Amino acid sequence: MKRLKSIAAYVFLVIAALISIYPFFWMVVSMTNRSVDVTGGRQLPGTYLMENLNNLFGQVDMVTALGNSTLVAVISTLLTMLLTSLAGYGFHVYRSRRKDIVFNVLLLSMMIPFAAIMIPLYRLFGRISQVAPWIGIDTLAAAFLPTLTTAFFIFFFRQNTGMFPEELIEASRLDGLSETGIFFRIYIPTMKTTYAAAAIIAFMNSWNNFLWPLIVLQSPAKKTVPLLISNLGSSYAPDYGMIMSAITIATLPTVFVFFLMQKHFVAGMTGSVKG
Amino acid sequence: MENSLKKHRVGWFYIMIPVLAIALFYFYPMLDALLLSFRSGMGMNLEFVGLLNWKRLLSDPNFITALSNTLTYLVIQVPVMLVLAMLMSVLLNKESLKFRGLFRTAIFLPAVTSLVAYSVVFKYMFSPDGIINRFLMDLSLTDAPIFFLSDPFWSKVVIILAITWRWTGYNMIFYLSSLQNIDKSVYEAARVDGANAIQQFFKITMPMLKPIILFTTITSTIGTLQLFDEILNITDGGPGNATLSISKYIYDLSFKYTPDFGYAATVSYVIVIIVIILSAIQFKLAGEKE
Repeated sequence: MKRLKSIAAYVFLVIAALISIYPFFWMVVSMTNRSVDVTGGRQLPGTYLMENLNNLFGQVDMVTALGNSTLVAVISTLLTMLLTSLAGYGFHVYRSRRKDIVFNVLLLSMMIPFAAIMIPLYRLFGRISQVAPWIGIDTLAAAFLPTLTTAFFIFFFRQNTGMFPEELIEASRLDGLSETGIFFRIYIPTMKTTYAAAAIIAFMNSWNNFLWPLIVLQSPAKKTVPLLISNLGSSYAPDYGMIMSAITIATLPTVFVFFLMQKHFVAGMTGSVKG
Repeated sequence: MENSLKKHRVGWFYIMIPVLAIALFYFYPMLDALLLSFRSGMGMNLEFVGLLNWKRLLSDPNFITALSNTLTYLVIQVPVMLVLAMLMSVLLNKESLKFRGLFRTAIFLPAVTSLVAYSVVFKYMFSPDGIINRFLMDLSLTDAPIFFLSDPFWSKVVIILAITWRWTGYNMIFYLSSLQNIDKSVYEAARVDGANAIQQFFKITMPMLKPIILFTTITSTIGTLQLFDEILNITDGGPGNATLSISKYIYDLSFKYTPDFGYAATVSYVIVIIVIILSAIQFKLAGEKE
């Protein structure tokens, strides 16, 4: 009976794992095959990888999309790290009754569904366009500004600052370090793993973001990778080999980061709800 | 005294930018959406119409369809996914299990994909000449290909399968990390008292995981109510309106048809109201304060 149960558990997990992995396998294999072979059900690697990549970079503007996505992801991740860790630190280290109230109000924003605010946001950026066109509609800045400082990351850093030894702050003050000096020279180097976990999540959110960029980025020169893939996916006569190579390229960075830093990755996702 | 006042000011300075940004990009739009819901017109020319938009909701067949589709996804997909995630995490938490790390990594992997990328992959896998049909025909489960994406019933099934594929591993990780925090000696004691595996699960594991179950239920609910990327990229809301979600309908109202921001904002407030009601119910059921 016990044996049977254990076999059932393995069968279940093997099936679940295969279903989870199969789309990745199919995506990578299809990247190396012609469109006809993909629809023909070919499950083996082919010899058309270079041709598919040539089509992708020759026929559609994948280079621009990759550049835009990378630029947005890198800048927004760095700014998110700086601004939300400062705030999380501020809420914890300079704790006061009034700041706690502000913090609880900020947490409410996590319950706001994006769909409920996208139209007012679009109107807001329409107005911003008139005074500051460089961060208005159809600019890369507009694509990341609304999600730059989310309550999630402030909460995450505030929570993790609890692990930062209070004595270190006191000692640094006695050594004559300024409040800003303590943050930049002591806190940031000490909290490397927290920053790594948050950076992974911030990068992934930005890299995969779709709905808001779809609304706010309009000219072809501003398209990000998800927008490009969505466009390719809706074509009437899809070149499967080419589209699969675009999808594989879009998926690689996050899969790569995941395998490289699995521990930080999981800590970033689950860390904020513990405690 | 002067020193602590200075520190106080530094604190406010540190939190200032995010506080202003969240007020501007989250709370102000919430208020604006509410005000918009009492106005109507094309594009930016809006005039006050009172409760007209709210009345229009009740007689708008597209809205009713979008609402019932979204609730269908919610009621079927969220429980199925969370039960699967719970089952997997309990199995993966057994120390005697071989290849634990491998299973965990494989099952979590879908959670790192972009919603657009995986949606397009699913769209192609379920096309008439796609790999799923080929598989079903090879196994003689069907003679002719099933037109998954142009059938009102099957297209919904594909959407539900897709979301479940993408998010089960994600939720499983939350359960697993909580399970690992439960003290093993509690189970030892239960075993000594003669509790079997099922009793242990319902008497120890479930109560211990209550906060995290509540968390995953609420985030999954909010996520499903906002379903958009999959709908646009797998079915584009079709066939007809068979898979249309509320978020997709708001998008269509604002950016596909002649834009009516006032009415779109009204539809979007329905999501807010549902989120508030469901979260309140879930908190109540879980009997938690935080």
